[in-house]
Amino acid sequence: MRRQTFAREPEETALRNDLAIQVEGLGKSYRIGAKQEAYGTLRDSLAEMAAAPWRALRSTLRGGNRRGGAASRTNDIWALKDVTFEVKRGEAVGIIGRNGAGKSTLLKILSRITEPTTGYADINGRVGSLLEVGTGFHPELTGRENIFLNGAILGMKRGEIIKKFDEMVAFAEVEKFIDTPVKHYSSGMYLRLAFSVAAHLEPEILLVDEVLAVGDMAFQKKCLGKMEDVATEGRTVLFVSHNLGAIKELCRTSVLLRDGLVSFQGPVVEGIVLYSRETMQAEADDAHARRGTRWTDLKVNNAGAAFAPALNGVEPFTIGARLEVHEPLLDARFKCRMDDASGHTLIYHVTNQKELDAPEITPGVYRVGVGFPPLWLVPGVYTLYFQLTARTSDGEEKRYMSERVMLNVTGKLDGQGRAVLSPPLDWSLVREKAASA
Amino acid sequence: MATISKFNIPEPTPDTPEATRTLRIAPSEGWVALRLAELWDYRELLFFLVWRDIKVRYKQTALGAAWAVIQPFFTMIVFSLFFGRLAKVPSDNIPYPIFSYAALVPWMFFANGLSEASNSLVSSSNLIKKIYFPRLAIPIATVLAGVVDFVIAFVVLLVMMLYYGIVPTVNTLWLPLFLLLALTTALGTGLWLSAMNVKFRDVRYVVPFIVQFWLFATPIAYPSSLLPEPWRTLYGLNPMVGVVEGFRWALLGTATAPGLIIALSASMSVVILISGAFYFRRMEKMFADRV
Repeated sequence: MRRQTFAREPEETALRNDLAIQVEGLGKSYRIGAKQEAYGTLRDSLAEMAAAPWRALRSTLRGGNRRGGAASRTNDIWALKDVTFEVKRGEAVGIIGRNGAGKSTLLKILSRITEPTTGYADINGRVGSLLEVGTGFHPELTGRENIFLNGAILGMKRGEIIKKFDEMVAFAEVEKFIDTPVKHYSSGMYLRLAFSVAAHLEPEILLVDEVLAVGDMAFQKKCLGKMEDVATEGRTVLFVSHNLGAIKELCRTSVLLRDGLVSFQGPVVEGIVLYSRETMQAEADDAHARRGTRWTDLKVNNAGAAFAPALNGVEPFTIGARLEVHEPLLDARFKCRMDDASGHTLIYHVTNQKELDAPEITPGVYRVGVGFPPLWLVPGVYTLYFQLTARTSDGEEKRYMSERVMLNVTGKLDGQGRAVLSPPLDWSLVREKAASA
Repeated sequence: MATISKFNIPEPTPDTPEATRTLRIAPSEGWVALRLAELWDYRELLFFLVWRDIKVRYKQTALGAAWAVIQPFFTMIVFSLFFGRLAKVPSDNIPYPIFSYAALVPWMFFANGLSEASNSLVSSSNLIKKIYFPRLAIPIATVLAGVVDFVIAFVVLLVMMLYYGIVPTVNTLWLPLFLLLALTTALGTGLWLSAMNVKFRDVRYVVPFIVQFWLFATPIAYPSSLLPEPWRTLYGLNPMVGVVEGFRWALLGTATAPGLIIALSASMSVVILISGAFYFRRMEKMFADRV
């Protein structure tokens, strides 16, 4: 387990005042099977009560949290165990991790929806949480009524809602339908209105869970823009998302969770690299379950890819890899695929062994290299991997995927937050004709 | 190493000295504080929840506000026919219809408040799982929303008094107290049952039974004066006895001022409310995981 806690090095007590959140040894256990048996039946309880009246009565009176004597039940599963980290005031932190790593549980504890089983979290400041947009929206109520209801549920004061009402309605673009019950809204309008209320929440600490994963692309962009405003206004933000692009845009640091533990805390790009590697590793483990042919030793500009050196978007670069082949392969096709941080494919290039002047591919070790021209990529994180598809001698079609290498592109190119490419364009402006007065 | 400029800027944001109120989130053990001050902070949410309940109820039903009258009124007709006319149940020398209706109005408020409060947590699961606010607000709002129905049914009661030529006395001023007593009883019982309902869904089936049983254990179809004395006062241990007797005394002027009964009922009601609130708070931590 790696833990790089920048905030922890100096004396802790002096730091406390500039911390927004301090989480110490936080853990949360659920009883296995809680999904199926979400609630006990009275019959069970009565049967138990007959057997051991006092114990049963006490357990009925007691809350769901069984600490103390019964805490060490073997059928508890720990969604979070011993999570420790700190968030400074005004910091935007991305919480990343694979499904089931405990991200949502962490946010639920920090937003006080559910209690931790162990440890504690100290929160300095007013918390607003967005685990869902439109919580408490009622279809029978009009847009106007829902704004007030939802605003109150999110913790806004009535005066605050009245003050921001027009702004919310304008942001959601539902002016005409504001007095129509929301059950008549299109799903797009509904989401816009719901997000709009949420976006105007102004707590000191904002906890956001995946709410950007809704709506069409244009709306997502708009939401992202709004969230960026929040992050740059100096408020503390904890942001859970699978959209690595969004995380990278919004957050400076990251907390990487794995199996309920913090496996990394530090700069967001490193967090994303580690997370991607973890994800790819899991994928690769599946793909490489069978022994044999495999990709190894990925290199960017001939340097090991463990921490890819920063590339400049305006320069050419090369990616290389070792290919270990363990059996004769026929009809080999090589693919090189590059995605941006939000998962959009930028390059999908296929070539075959004929084009590579390889009449046959026999067992051995190969060196594969791809030279890229300047791509004019705007700064950001991009990922790239190789894939080999071929037939074995018994005719079976097989695919071999490489690990994913992260390209950390820096430089001065500017896509205005919209574009991925920013090639040098040759503009011209020529007056063809003078205006005739 | 990478050269992204974001990496190494520590960016110490200037401290705002006012905002240093630290909230500690930690596991709670056993009985916990009610945190009524926090509930008060959320009074606007409480208001909006009540307002939503009322608005939605009247928007969704075809007859809307008429239901507030139909329920007690038709029960009154049935009672008058079977208990008043056929069984000749005495009614303290007051016309049987108004005798029973004066009891049914607070009873319906209580019974509906109790049943809806018992189910309130389960039916608000979407809120409970997604956002924090004092959970006590949910059953409280549900019970409070019933006050509107009560007022509508009460207006009909006044019309009936006019019809029977019963002139309200100064005792009417006590009515808000009896309404409050019905409210605390409904809320107290609702707190117990709603919290249990999250853990044992059987509660949903038990509630109609409780309400029915309680209806006959309360002097609605009959006068409490049927009971001989020490028992009649002890009858006040059922808080709804105090409510019903209080309503009849304040509005219809039934002879005896039921002071002792009401004192017993009020104490009982407060016990139910406080114990219910503590039980509710104790169970609260498992709501989000179980509901």
